[in-house]
Amino acid sequence: MMAWLPSSISGRCYCILLALLAVAPWIFQWADQPFLLDLLSRGLILAIAATSLNLIMGFGGMVSLGHAAFIGIGAYCVGIPAYYDLYNGWVHLGLTVVVSAAFALLTGAVSLRTKGVYFIMITLAFSQMIYFTFVSLEEYGGDDGLVIYFRSEFPDFLTMQGPVALYYWIFATLLLTLFLVHRLVHSHFGRVIVGAKHNEQRMQSLGFDTYRYRLTCYVISGVICGLAGMLLGNFTGFISPEMMSWIRSGELIFMVVMGGSGFLFGPLVGTGAFVFLEQYLPEFMKFLNSSWLEYWHLPFGLLLVLLVLYGKGGIHGMLSKLDSKTQQSGQ
Amino acid sequence: MDWGLLLTQLMNGLQLGLLLFLLASGLTLIFGIMDFINLSHGSFYMIGAYFCGSIVARGGSFLVAVLIALAGMFVVGAVIERVIARRLYHADHLDHVLATFGLILIFDALVHIVWGPSGMAIPLPAILDGQVTLGSLVLPTYRLVIIFGGLLVAAILGVLVTRSRLGMMIRAGASNRTMVEALGVNIHKLFLIVFAIGATMSGFSGMLIAPITEASIGMGNDIIIIAFVVVIVGGIGSVKGAFYASILIGLIDTLGRSYLDDLLKIFMSLDHAETAAPALSAMLVYILMAVVLAFRPQGLFPPAGVRA
Repeated sequence: MMAWLPSSISGRCYCILLALLAVAPWIFQWADQPFLLDLLSRGLILAIAATSLNLIMGFGGMVSLGHAAFIGIGAYCVGIPAYYDLYNGWVHLGLTVVVSAAFALLTGAVSLRTKGVYFIMITLAFSQMIYFTFVSLEEYGGDDGLVIYFRSEFPDFLTMQGPVALYYWIFATLLLTLFLVHRLVHSHFGRVIVGAKHNEQRMQSLGFDTYRYRLTCYVISGVICGLAGMLLGNFTGFISPEMMSWIRSGELIFMVVMGGSGFLFGPLVGTGAFVFLEQYLPEFMKFLNSSWLEYWHLPFGLLLVLLVLYGKGGIHGMLSKLDSKTQQSGQ
Repeated sequence: MDWGLLLTQLMNGLQLGLLLFLLASGLTLIFGIMDFINLSHGSFYMIGAYFCGSIVARGGSFLVAVLIALAGMFVVGAVIERVIARRLYHADHLDHVLATFGLILIFDALVHIVWGPSGMAIPLPAILDGQVTLGSLVLPTYRLVIIFGGLLVAAILGVLVTRSRLGMMIRAGASNRTMVEALGVNIHKLFLIVFAIGATMSGFSGMLIAPITEASIGMGNDIIIIAFVVVIVGGIGSVKGAFYASILIGLIDTLGRSYLDDLLKIFMSLDHAETAAPALSAMLVYILMAVVLAFRPQGLFPPAGVRA
């Protein structure tokens, strides 16, 4: 056996998945399918956001129904400077990191005083506040949003122009995010976070100030999600407050859970499934009956309900079952 | 200061508050007793409006339509409880959010299939369509009907919860579900009744608003979030809390919309103030919730014995 490959089936699947993602632009170019690269770019951006949500939700047990707020913040950190003809990418990047960290710190400091369902509702409240703030900013388009005419420029560094270059920016960010989350979760810091999810009192009695650990984790997650927003702003070229509505936050939760909450690759797989369904379920319905195109929400909703009732652990959970089966038969 | 306008706005705020209460009272009971987060509670609001609308369209009078639709909503609520919600009570909150989010999609699509994509206007009978003059104040009759209907239901619910045997079980369930179960109350039946009553009241709220706004797909999805704010501010499981919080939030939202722009005009231009005011007044509601959660997480009027 090749030693550098993970031994489990699911581990190998993920390695192959990442390798495929690395060469995807060539495959799509060869197959002459530029649209698929667009779809994949969008999917990977959402996967970064979902991975950041997984850090607090899957590992830390903090279910946020307001994470899309950070996507919006990142996007507006590109859009507002661009509105003033400021396209320097380092400025955009710096703004994104500072603003999303500040927002996470401020809202997290208040939100993390609460738990469980109250945490869900207070994160929702904060994201609605920022949503309505941007709706009220008439100067920057209000409800109608802003058009970004040029992408962020990184002079004397890597360009973001062109779909392939942007794709590799996104892919690199995703890899970095996965690596960072992996290292974090397996560090001393991550053990405290996971420990506090399972038994907070015990962690506190061991002498850990769980509040500060959680707040740090929340800020890291917010910044990563902000970066996803910055990429999304560059990718779509059009931003609006709708990007941070509570429906978007709900979808992020859905992506994490569908893939497998609390597993490194869960959000990536879940987002893939989500984007795929969103794109092809309408076409499938149309294929069944030409007038059914608009009803694709029906099977989508049914799938969600069934997933909750019967699909514990998401797609990752099903893959893990495969792992344990092969291990048993090998013994 | 235009006192007539202020009074009209207060009536509008009261109307919005009572409509919110009809939604939130069921939501808070389902939340408090079953510990179930039902995002699709707003779908009952939509379905109620469509039920009522289609009976009126078939020539029924508005009052008869409301009565038949109320019975229909009770059945819909009971079926949903029996088939889906019941299986989810023991799951965690995250699962509730996901599954009921799925239910919203299903209900929206079903309404789309049955009634088509465009909204449904519900004409009012002539007797309700007029105006009433109270002193120097001219009010639409229907507005008074909504306020009267809302207060009536609130009063009935109040008596039911505080004076009847069922209400005693409901209050006990909101305080300590396990204890109620241990004392031999048929908890499944109680859950079914509470869920169905909640769905009926949510539907009633939709029926009342539909003649003004018309019934449309997704009409419940915006108001359900505000209803959750009401539930949190009032205290989960508390009907009394839901009542006061609904009125408070209805007034904040309505008065904010009409008076915040005057306030903002002091330090920004007219155009900007006019676009910023509605958004900022919508924000006020969430600021209220965040403050309540930060300083009094159990809400303003929590049920007896509940601590956050």
